[in-house]
Amino acid sequence: MADQHHDTPMLDELENGPWPSFISGFKRLRDKHEDKRISGMANDLLGQLEHSYETRKGYWKGGTVSVFGYGSGIIPRFSEVGDSFPESREFHTLRVQPPAGNYYTTDMLRQLGDSWEKWGSGLVTFHGQTGNIMFIGTSTDNTQHFFDEINEYGWDLGGAGPCVRTGMSCVGAARCEMSGLDEMKIHRTLLNNFTDDVHRPALPYKFKFKVSGCGNDCMNAIERSDFAIIGTWRDDMKVDQEEVKKFVARKGREYVIDNVITRCPTKALSLKDDDTMDVDNRNCVRCMHCMNVMVKALSPGDDKGATILIGGKRTLKIGDLMGTVVVPFMKLDTEEDYEKLTEMAEETIDFWAENGLEHERCGEMVERIGLVNFLEGVGIEVDPNMVNEPRQSSYVRMDGWDEEAEKWFTRKAEEKAAAS
Amino acid sequence: MAQDHRPPIESGCPDGFQYMHPVMRKNYGDWDYHEHPRPGVLLHVAKNGDQIWTVRAGTQRILDVFTLRTLCDIGDKFADGYVRFTIRSNIEYMVSDEAKVQPMIDALEAEGFVVGGTKNSVAMISHTQGWLHCDIPGTDASGVVKAMMDELIDEFKENNMPNRVHMTTSCCQINCGGQGDIAINVQHTKPPKINHDLVSNVCERPSVVARCPVAAIRPALVNGKPSLEVDEKKCICCGACFPPCPPMQINDAEYSKLAIWVGGNHSNARGKPTFQKLVAAGIPNNPPRWPEATAIVKRILTAYKDDARDWERINDWVERVGWPRFFELTGLPFTKFHIDNWRGARRSLNSSTHIRF
Ligand code: HEM
Ligand code: SF4
Ligand code: SF4
Ligand code: SF4
Ligand code: SF4
Repeated sequence: MADQHHDTPMLDELENGPWPSFISGFKRLRDKHEDKRISGMANDLLGQLEHSYETRKGYWKGGTVSVFGYGSGIIPRFSEVGDSFPESREFHTLRVQPPAGNYYTTDMLRQLGDSWEKWGSGLVTFHGQTGNIMFIGTSTDNTQHFFDEINEYGWDLGGAGPCVRTGMSCVGAARCEMSGLDEMKIHRTLLNNFTDDVHRPALPYKFKFKVSGCGNDCMNAIERSDFAIIGTWRDDMKVDQEEVKKFVARKGREYVIDNVITRCPTKALSLKDDDTMDVDNRNCVRCMHCMNVMVKALSPGDDKGATILIGGKRTLKIGDLMGTVVVPFMKLDTEEDYEKLTEMAEETIDFWAENGLEHERCGEMVERIGLVNFLEGVGIEVDPNMVNEPRQSSYVRMDGWDEEAEKWFTRKAEEKAAAS
Repeated sequence: MAQDHRPPIESGCPDGFQYMHPVMRKNYGDWDYHEHPRPGVLLHVAKNGDQIWTVRAGTQRILDVFTLRTLCDIGDKFADGYVRFTIRSNIEYMVSDEAKVQPMIDALEAEGFVVGGTKNSVAMISHTQGWLHCDIPGTDASGVVKAMMDELIDEFKENNMPNRVHMTTSCCQINCGGQGDIAINVQHTKPPKINHDLVSNVCERPSVVARCPVAAIRPALVNGKPSLEVDEKKCICCGACFPPCPPMQINDAEYSKLAIWVGGNHSNARGKPTFQKLVAAGIPNNPPRWPEATAIVKRILTAYKDDARDWERINDWVERVGWPRFFELTGLPFTKFHIDNWRGARRSLNSSTHIRF
């Protein structure tokens, strides 16, 4: 066999150095795997990759491959240089939805690994940037076999193409004291409500849900998802004054002033002469900084809920967009609360499906039609938390002001009545 | 044949509780605080005093089944058989017993995995597909990352940075990799080369025209065949036309370069989330080890490490010291390309007398 290996002088360079080498992994498959299908595939994959390194060009093209009943979840790859590298000529990726929070037992990882070894290249990534388990590299026929096998024991494909994509959620409630949400429940409620839209692409473009338990936004939800659910709280943060004093004693006042007090974006903190901490909770914007530094002394309040932002995305086509607040706060405790969330997601997707242009992300549509048209379309009232500041330009038509003002006063009165 | 097919079970996203460490399951939503005993290790303490220890390790990300099994073996022998993966593709082992932590670290390191990536370290670079698997890439993200992590490994293993550094790489200008404190992305510098013979067969012309962010593409007859034409004066070489129309080849061995961006930050801590800004471009796309890109990244990291205050992410730091100082401290050139002219660009101009000397 050895003499049939493609020479890979450039890739060999990536076996040097202390960081684990993916090239060494490919070679392990090539040199040590008993199944000729896998070792041959690894050899040709290495050959094609070396060819890319030499010519600085990619040699994969797309196509159409799907499993029976679905229109999505497979990234088809056919080699443009398959005659030279025939055994990896078809090298499709299956995107498989991980459990919310990315938990696995080693038993389950082994089982998935065994199935993949049976049907695929033996290469897998946990996870892609969208959040899927990426089973990288198999033939068209084996795509179906592999899916059938793992689907029987609980795994389903994620999205690809213009559809609802696989979601992501942070470790949150499972291990993190900052969490204000049941991330796993939100994630599964939403994603599994839209299974049809995950598997059968029929939307203008991709649509992503991401859930972060707090403003630290470990899932990058604001910028990387069309629908971001971020945990927060609306009562007072908790301050354990004894722990504050201990922290000050350990780190010194200067440290606390320089690293906590003066770093609060809204100047909501003050260190008292007796080394306790005063918090202006009405002006705390739940940025999380002080809690990140003083983990034991400061923690989120009890009246937890979610902030929802719509429309984050990356560069194509109009440039990167952050999501925009559309719901400053909603409770997520009861089944009814969850129904409200699901309905809101449905309204959003329906409105975008109807009004979005082909290949236009939800945030781009909002940019094109204006936030107000979006809000009216999905039935959400305006709120000053949606803006950094009000309009600066006077070039706007404002007849109907009185009715709008009246709406606001009525709404405020209703809120007050509901609260009392 | 069709009727022989097995209908899919549309189970969607599976329930994670079945794979979760029992201590985490038991204390779901009831955590009190965490500590960071050493780089790569986290201790979370529940309100009832229960403890869960986490050991985080960097891997090659694209795992072969042998490596996957090695990771499982370590999980079975030294941990409790429960793992998870972070958003940056590190593996985490959770155990309830502190005594298991050190043996697990030793086992991971003995197998070549890298324990670290927590708190104020340089985290694992999150990256995209590249030549290995994408159909439009200008470079090989996995290779760039491997070469860079070789050089940054000590920063991954230690906590020497003012705050955490999240890096990303993307192998085209679509940028599947997200925002990063430092992002290394492909940047094309020449318009697509069009293979006119293929366009009419392969490309849906109106949707290609619609894809261009600057309306530089128009339908045209070339050699009597329907094709597309690019106004090269207008073209910003973004490559957006290439995925829907592969005959509009944007990748070029010489003219597809790398650019480096800094100050992207997803977190709401202190300031609101920020987008990354261009700092360096024209960097050769130089496989297999991309030394020019790594050298610039190291320069930026050194300046940040020396000059930033504790808890400042790169964007916080530059906001405090100003962009002129950033270019001075890193020794990177400031050029006309740094001045934005995309929509909303005026926001980025200085309309004040705020100047540092
Ligand atoms: C044409 C071929 C493309 C390929 C092969 C491709 C491949 C990928 C892959 C493999 C991922 C990770 C997926 C996962 O976790 O399952 C990804 C994520 C992503 N892709 Fe693409 N992509 C393509 C086109 C695009 C386009 C056209 C855009 C944008 C307009 C785009 C934007 C993104 C973004 C923003 C992410 C990261 C999403 C996140 O943060 O959740 N990609 N892409
Ligand atoms: S987003 Fe917040 S709750 Fe979730 S893991 Fe990060 S810090 Fe914890
Ligand atoms: S969470 Fe942020 S805004 Fe609130 S008090 Fe702490 S530092 Fe200030
Ligand atoms: S960044 Fe571009 S080239 Fe790289 S994987 Fe994403 S779409 Fe493909
Ligand atoms: S490279 Fe970008 S700007 Fe140039 S023609 Fe293609 S889509 Fe338009």
